[in-house]
Amino acid sequence: MSVYINKDTKVLVQGITGSTALFHTKQMLEYGTKIVAGVTPGKGGTEAEGVPVFNTVEEAVKATGANVSVIYVPAPFAADAILEAVDADLDMAICITEHIPVLDMVKVKRYMEGKKTRLVGPNCPGVITPEECKIGIMPGYIHKKGHVGVVSRSGTLTYEAVHQLSQEGIGQSTAVGIGGDPVNGTDFIDALSAFNEDPDTYAVVMIGEIGGTAEEEAAEWIKANMTKPVVGFIGGQTAPEGKRMGHAGAIISGGKGTAAEKIKAMNAAGMEVAATPSVIGETLIKVIKEKGLYDQCKTH
Amino acid sequence: MNIHEYQGKQLLRQYGVAVSSGLVAFSPEEAVKAAKELGTDVVVVKAQIHAGGRGKAGGVKIAKNLDEVRTYAKELLGKVLVTHQTGPEGKEIKRLLVEEGCDIKKEYYLGLVLDRATSRVTLMGSEEGGMDIEEVAEATPEKIFKEVIDPVVGLTGFQARRMAFNMNIPANLVNKAVKFMLGLYQVFVDKDAAIVEINPLVVTGGGDVMALDAKFNFDANALYRHKDILELRDYDEEDAKEIEASKYDLSYISLDGNIGCMVNGAGLAMATMDTISYYGGSPANFLDVGGGATAEKVTEAFKIILSDKNVKGIFVNIFGGIMKCDVIAEGVITAAKEVGLQVPLVVRLEGTNVELGKKLLNESGLNIIAAGSMADGAQKIVELVG
Repeated sequence: MSVYINKDTKVLVQGITGSTALFHTKQMLEYGTKIVAGVTPGKGGTEAEGVPVFNTVEEAVKATGANVSVIYVPAPFAADAILEAVDADLDMAICITEHIPVLDMVKVKRYMEGKKTRLVGPNCPGVITPEECKIGIMPGYIHKKGHVGVVSRSGTLTYEAVHQLSQEGIGQSTAVGIGGDPVNGTDFIDALSAFNEDPDTYAVVMIGEIGGTAEEEAAEWIKANMTKPVVGFIGGQTAPEGKRMGHAGAIISGGKGTAAEKIKAMNAAGMEVAATPSVIGETLIKVIKEKGLYDQCKTH
Repeated sequence: MNIHEYQGKQLLRQYGVAVSSGLVAFSPEEAVKAAKELGTDVVVVKAQIHAGGRGKAGGVKIAKNLDEVRTYAKELLGKVLVTHQTGPEGKEIKRLLVEEGCDIKKEYYLGLVLDRATSRVTLMGSEEGGMDIEEVAEATPEKIFKEVIDPVVGLTGFQARRMAFNMNIPANLVNKAVKFMLGLYQVFVDKDAAIVEINPLVVTGGGDVMALDAKFNFDANALYRHKDILELRDYDEEDAKEIEASKYDLSYISLDGNIGCMVNGAGLAMATMDTISYYGGSPANFLDVGGGATAEKVTEAFKIILSDKNVKGIFVNIFGGIMKCDVIAEGVITAAKEVGLQVPLVVRLEGTNVELGKKLLNESGLNIIAAGSMADGAQKIVELVG
């Protein structure tokens, strides 16, 4: 078991003929992901990396039964690409694109209300269920199949955490990158609740960063609902106030959104928080040993 | 991106939002000319820098005649103004706004901001104007009112009315306040603003509702569709290295330390800073080379790091996903050769095309210290910098 995606997921790549999309389509295919279609308006009828290309998402879904889309469309057109995926009633749209104007995302979120599609991202590395399905840009080889769920606002920090876990023989059920933008689809609580319900996930790593209050809200949710141990990390502990740290969402303003506040909230929810990114794996292992879950989580 | 008060007010005028009359001046002569043109008995001479708290810091002067205008303009231009938002180094005043004096009856606060919790633009208002709104939020949160705006219909008349009444705007001026708010929202969405703050919004003796100050911040991701806003960018207000970095789409922030950092991904870049600090070092910068970086961009990033005279060592920390390790390696090699690297360089590579990247570095003949992990690399560079 896993969350959101598995070996049966049929993937559609929006913007497949762009160079980044082509590179990662190849990587995803090599990983074993079932990519059934690509969409680039005007390139319908051609092929990319052996995948049939269509002009519209609707057409691609009709012809191939794709149920999840991954979006590599450039920022000025990415919001529209998400809307197209939502309109086609896909189960999920995973948007990799960064630098989407935030007011575009405000409209997208409004449009998605009451619709079926789950959005992951934008500005995210994607979602991977190791050894079954990789959707996004994460390096596949660092992942191992197993029982620890990972949810993160940062792409490269997710890789860091996953890498540490795999090296210690702790595999992952699914890793979900929710992205670093202030307005995004799936949030911490959505992913945590999916992991909570997944019988094959025994523990979770949650990686946050400065800015906003999503981590504080997640900590409260964990305290009230989570039946599995969650270990945390917050990036940006030494970031100065008022400086936007790369991600559109990562900024401390008016004394709000600091790492200290987030860590405090996570500790208050009974979570262990790793002091540095290098000990995320170690911290998780310590906690699952305490809970008697280590043997079940150890996958090789 | 931030703009100056006078630029913000010009923008508001275009949208029919009431602001006091004023003109920008770059010299005492221009300031006097502006005051003559305004023709009012009293004019206000305001320092134009990208920071709040100008009044308290002595950057706003009230002049009762043209001689006083000249005196104040001379005094302010070229002066370094230190406010609670500039940091201790302050900011040099290079532009002034000369504005007609205004008979203020009461000051209010009005702001538009993206609320992350609801994913909606939110109008905020308070009758506690002129103060730091964060202090108001802390001391008397019940005095701040919010209207969450549905993007389908935008800010509605009833919401603006409700806000005006909540703020205790005099009943006979509510319609003017509503017009002001609707115009303000229109500017916000048309120009992809991230924050607009009118502090204070004033009611005047003459029965006007107008902006006495205007603070705009724009969504950097949307500037590609607002050439008019981009033209308002004042490079004097920004760090030279940050400007250079932005030309290459690099996300770079200057910091006070001596260890230059080059990282891919904002989260990892922050965590790298944290890790360096954890081991007793001090980062000189935040630098995210991003996902789509080319070898050329990496080379430029490297040059920008080295242009900081405080840098005594460099830590390159890459976990390639969309970014390929060989591309990073190529860029690092080119840059190190071009600039003649004089400081220690620690490189940690992991992820997409890692073997190829490591091979390139090993065969480059450069003195590069390889690190096995982020912690290992951070410890090594902290030790080398000493």
